[in-house]
Amino acid sequence: MSDTKRFLYVNRKAPHGTIYALESLEVVLIGAAFEQDVSLAFLDDGVFQLIKKQATTGIGVKNFAPVYRALGDYDVKKIFVERESLEERGLSEDDLMEIVHEDDEEEEHNSIEIVDRARMAEIMAAQDVILSF
Amino acid sequence: MGYQWNGQEIAADEEGYLTDLSQWNPELALLIAEDEKVAMTDEHWEVVNFLREYYDEYQIAPAIRVLTKALKKKLGEEKSTNKYLYDLFPYGPAKQACKIAGLPKPTGCV
Repeated sequence: MSDTKRFLYVNRKAPHGTIYALESLEVVLIGAAFEQDVSLAFLDDGVFQLIKKQATTGIGVKNFAPVYRALGDYDVKKIFVERESLEERGLSEDDLMEIVHEDDEEEEHNSIEIVDRARMAEIMAAQDVILSF
Repeated sequence: MGYQWNGQEIAADEEGYLTDLSQWNPELALLIAEDEKVAMTDEHWEVVNFLREYYDEYQIAPAIRVLTKALKKKLGEEKSTNKYLYDLFPYGPAKQACKIAGLPKPTGCV
């Protein structure tokens, strides 16, 4: 499709202290219906959104972390996580949940790609639209 | 609005989606289906149960195109076409089936 635009949703905030993470996810899922070229970026405290085994019972809010694993069903296949942001918080790729998508042959591929800060800047520069949460 | 079930008042939003998902049970589903003018058959239950499983796993009610894709994998080509689903749930499979399944309105449903 020639009028497809490149959309990048940038997630910078921790998952539950504010409404940003959940709102971003909802916008991504709704926007996915419009068949654009969608990528997600997680940096700064946003990397905490993808931590595996989140439990929110103690803070009395819905645990929406499992929704990220449905992104592949919505054809969102590119999820970039900034390496420096992980390292600055004592985290590594092993702390993140697994998010996969299927190709046309129904083979599963990992959707998460860890990128360094310079590569993240390149990814941002290549977009038509950037939405920051 | 809400539903009268077993002498209890079950709360729902103005469109009839349950407020508290944990109050759902199969009998209540039949009651909601009746309100939706859907006569539940095994084929209806297949879709409703599938939606509940999907929600259990992903905490989200899938949009229609996601539902058809996932159903195709699980039940095959015949039981995943838009036509098949609209025959079962004439007012929109994602919306009606989710309501009967006690789930919130699907996200990304335009």
